[in-house]
Amino acid sequence: MDEYRLLEMRGIEKTFPGVRALQNVDFSLNAGEIHALMGENGAGKSTLIKVLTGVYSKDAGTIRLDGKEVKIHSPQDAQNAGISTVYQEITLCPNLSVAENMFIGRGNGKITNWKEMNDRAKTLLERLDIPAKATQQLANCSIAVQQMVAIARAIDMECKVLILDEPTSSLDEQEVEKLFGLMRDLKAMGVGIIFVTHFLDQVYEVCDKITVLRDGQLVGEYEIRDLPRVQLVAKMLGKEMDDLSDIKGEHEAYHSPDADMKIFEAEKLQSNAGIKPFNFHIQKGEVNGFTGLLGSGRSECVRAIFGADRVIGGKVKVKGKEVKIHKPKDAMKNGIAYLPEDRKVDGIIGDLSVRENIILALQVMKGFFKPFTKAQAYAFADEYIKKLNIKTASADTPIKSLSGGNQQKVILARWLLMHPEYLILDEPTRGIDVGTKVDIQKLVLELASGGMSITFISSETDEMLRTCSRLIVMRDRKVVGELSGDDLTQSMIMSTIAGGESDE
Amino acid sequence: MDKKKLKGGIFNRISDTNLLLCITIVIFLIMYISAIVFLGGGFKKPQMFFNILNNEAPLIITACGMSIVMISGGIDISIGGVVALVSMSCAVYLDKTPGGGNVWVSMLIALAIGLLFGIVQGYLVAYCEIQPFIVTLAGMFFARGMTTIVNTDPFNVENSAFRKLKDTRITIPKMGSYTKKGLYQAAHIEIGVVVAIAIVVVLFLVLRYTKLGRSFYAVGGNPQSALMLGINVKRTKFLSHVICGLMAGIGGYVYFLHVGSGAPSHATGMEMNAIASSIIGGTMLTGGVGNIIGTLFGVLSLSSIQNIVSSAGLGQAWWTGITIGGMLCLFLLIQSIVMWAKKRSLKA
Repeated sequence: MDEYRLLEMRGIEKTFPGVRALQNVDFSLNAGEIHALMGENGAGKSTLIKVLTGVYSKDAGTIRLDGKEVKIHSPQDAQNAGISTVYQEITLCPNLSVAENMFIGRGNGKITNWKEMNDRAKTLLERLDIPAKATQQLANCSIAVQQMVAIARAIDMECKVLILDEPTSSLDEQEVEKLFGLMRDLKAMGVGIIFVTHFLDQVYEVCDKITVLRDGQLVGEYEIRDLPRVQLVAKMLGKEMDDLSDIKGEHEAYHSPDADMKIFEAEKLQSNAGIKPFNFHIQKGEVNGFTGLLGSGRSECVRAIFGADRVIGGKVKVKGKEVKIHKPKDAMKNGIAYLPEDRKVDGIIGDLSVRENIILALQVMKGFFKPFTKAQAYAFADEYIKKLNIKTASADTPIKSLSGGNQQKVILARWLLMHPEYLILDEPTRGIDVGTKVDIQKLVLELASGGMSITFISSETDEMLRTCSRLIVMRDRKVVGELSGDDLTQSMIMSTIAGGESDE
Repeated sequence: MDKKKLKGGIFNRISDTNLLLCITIVIFLIMYISAIVFLGGGFKKPQMFFNILNNEAPLIITACGMSIVMISGGIDISIGGVVALVSMSCAVYLDKTPGGGNVWVSMLIALAIGLLFGIVQGYLVAYCEIQPFIVTLAGMFFARGMTTIVNTDPFNVENSAFRKLKDTRITIPKMGSYTKKGLYQAAHIEIGVVVAIAIVVVLFLVLRYTKLGRSFYAVGGNPQSALMLGINVKRTKFLSHVICGLMAGIGGYVYFLHVGSGAPSHATGMEMNAIASSIIGGTMLTGGVGNIIGTLFGVLSLSSIQNIVSSAGLGQAWWTGITIGGMLCLFLLIQSIVMWAKKRSLKA
C-alpha cells in the first residue's frame, strides 16, 4: 500500500472555558488506512473530530488535506472538502424520510428531484442490505437502521476521509460485521478511515494504526502490531507497566465478624441500559467494586441493582430473601442506598440548603405529607455536618455555594442518614481535592468495619485497590472477571480489562 | 426481514406530516358537510364558502408564513401588528399625500414593511440567537405602536384607483344561487383570494421541492443534526422569518384591500388565529412537521367553526371563542391520540 499522506493535523489547540480540551495534538492519516483514535472519555477524541468536521473552530494549528492547507468552518465545508462523518449519537432528522436524510445538505442543486433521490436511495439501501424503505419516515426505523442510514449517507458521499465516531454502539454483531466489510471495501478504494470506539476487540479486528489521546494530549501513534492490548490500556489510563507494582494502602484489613451473610445477591440481572446479564453478590461488611474502562457498563450495573434503570430480567435477593426492585424507592426500602455518578445531574438540588439536601432521602421514605420538625431536621443536619467534617457556613447555606468535595459529603450524609445496610458509591471522588478524597476513602473503610456493605466505583484504579477487597472487572458491557486477594494489582486489572487472546 | 418491513402497516408508510394533513382534511369535511346537512340555509349556497375565502384570504396568507416559521421550530407573533401597520401606512399614503398616492407604490410599501420586519426579526433570532417568542413579541408591540404614530384615528380610504381595485370581483361561473325573490346572484371572489391561492401553491412547491424548503423541515426536526448534515441552520432560520415577514406584508395588503381602511385596532389577535390555523392544519409547535395545504384547511376549519356557531344562533362573540377553544383542544387531542397510536403500533 502506498504511504500517501491524506490528512495531516498539526499542533491542534482547543480551549473551552476552564478546560484545555486539546493541547498541541498531531494526527495524520494515510490513504487506504483504518486508523483508530483511542482514549478515555474526556481525552479529547470527540473534540478533535469536531474540530476536523468544523463543528468547533480550532484555536491554533493547521489541517492539511491532500497536502493543501484547508480551512474548515462548518460541517458543510468539511463535506465539500471530502470529509464525511458518522457520529455516535444519531445526527439525522427524525421527521424526514430515509432518502432525504441521505441526500439533504449535499450538492448544489436548489430543487429536490424526489424520484431521482428515492431511486438512488433505494439502490443504496439494497446494496448495503439495510431493511428500510427510501420513502419511510426515519423516526419509524429502529435505532440500528437509523445508524446504518447515517453510514450509508457518509459512504455515498465519495469522501476521501471517513470518520466513524463510535458507530457500533447501537449495532448488533451481524451489523457490525457488515460495517467492517464496508470499511475494508472503502479502504481498498483508498479512503482513509478514522475509527473511534470503546470496544477493544473491534480495534484489533479492523484497524491498521492507533493514535492514543489522554487528557487532551497526544500520547502517541502506533502500528497495531506494535501495541498489544495491555499496553494500549496502559497508555489510555496513563500508567506505564513499570509503575504498576501494587500499592497496598495503609487501610487494608478491615473485616466484620459475621462476614458470611450475603446482604445482596443478583442472578442474571439485566437492565434496559444495554448491559449483558450479570451475577453479583456482596457480603456483610465487604467493600467491593466494579472496574473497567468508561463505557464498559460499570455504572449501568449498579444502576440496575438500585433500580435506577429499568430492570428487564433476573432475580434479586436481599439477605437471602427474594425481592422485587423496580424503582429506586424499592431499593431504598430494602436498605440500599446509591450515590450517583454525576452529582450535578442526579444528586444535589443546588438552591436548597445543606440541611434540606441532607434530609431529602429520609423525607422521601417517610412521605412528603409527614414533614420533619425543624428541630429534628437541624439535629440530623448538625450531626452529620460534624461527623463528616463538612465545611459549610451553616446548615442553611445553599448547597451550590459549597466546594465539590463538600457537596459530595452532603450527599453521602443524605444516604448515611438512612442507615443503609448496603451503600453504592459511583465515582464519589471524581473532581474533588486529594484531602477530601482520602477522607472519603477512610470513611468507606470505617463504615465497612462497622458492618455496612459497600460497592465502590472509581476511575482511579489505585483508589479502588486501596479500598476494595474484591473487584469485578468489566469490558464491553459484560463482566469478564473477578479479582480478589493477591490478584488485586494494577497489572492484573489491566490485563483482565484488556482481555487476552485466551479470553473468548 | 420481510416481517420487519411490514411492521406498523399503514402507519409505517405515512409520514407524520401527511398523517396530520389527512386528519385535518377529514375533520374539515365532516364539519362542513354536517353543517350543510343539519344547518342548511346559507351553507347550501356555494357563496358561503366563497365568503369564507374572501374574509379569510389575509389569514390564509399570514398563516402560511406562520407555518413556515413553526416548521423551522420558531414562532412569529408580530403578524397582527405588522398587518395593522401595513394597512395604516398604505391608507395614509393613498389618502394623505398631496394629489393622492399611487396604488402600485402602496403595494411596494406593504412589501417593504413586511420584509423589513422579517429581516430584522430573522437577524435577531438566527444570528443573535434570541428566543423568537421574545423577538417577535417586541416586534408586535413595536408595530402596534408605530401604527398609532402613523395615524391615531381610523379612517376609510377614498382614493378612487384603490376603491376600484377593492371592488373588483371575479365571478365564478355556474356556482351562483337564487335569492328568495328569485333573483340570480353570481358567485364571486375578491382579488385577495387569487393572491392567497397563488401563495399557497407557491409555498407548497417551495416546501416540497426546494432545498430551502426541505431545510426548514430539517432545522425544525433537529437543528443540531441539520447542522451536522451540512445545512446552514442560521441562514435557514433567518429566511423562515423573512418569508413570514413578507407574508405578513402581502397578507397586510390583502387585508387592507378587503376592509379598505386603516385603524390601529386592525387585525387584533390575527397572530393567534394564524397559530391556531397552523396547529389545526397539522403543524407542530415543536417544529419539523407541517404542511401548507394543511394550513389552508386549518384556516377554513377555523372560519367554518365561526360561521357554524353564528348560524346555529349563538352569535355572541363569547360563544365563538368558547367553541374555537374547545375545537382546538379537540383537534390537538385527536392528533396526539393518533400519534400515540402510531408510536404504539410501531413498537409492538
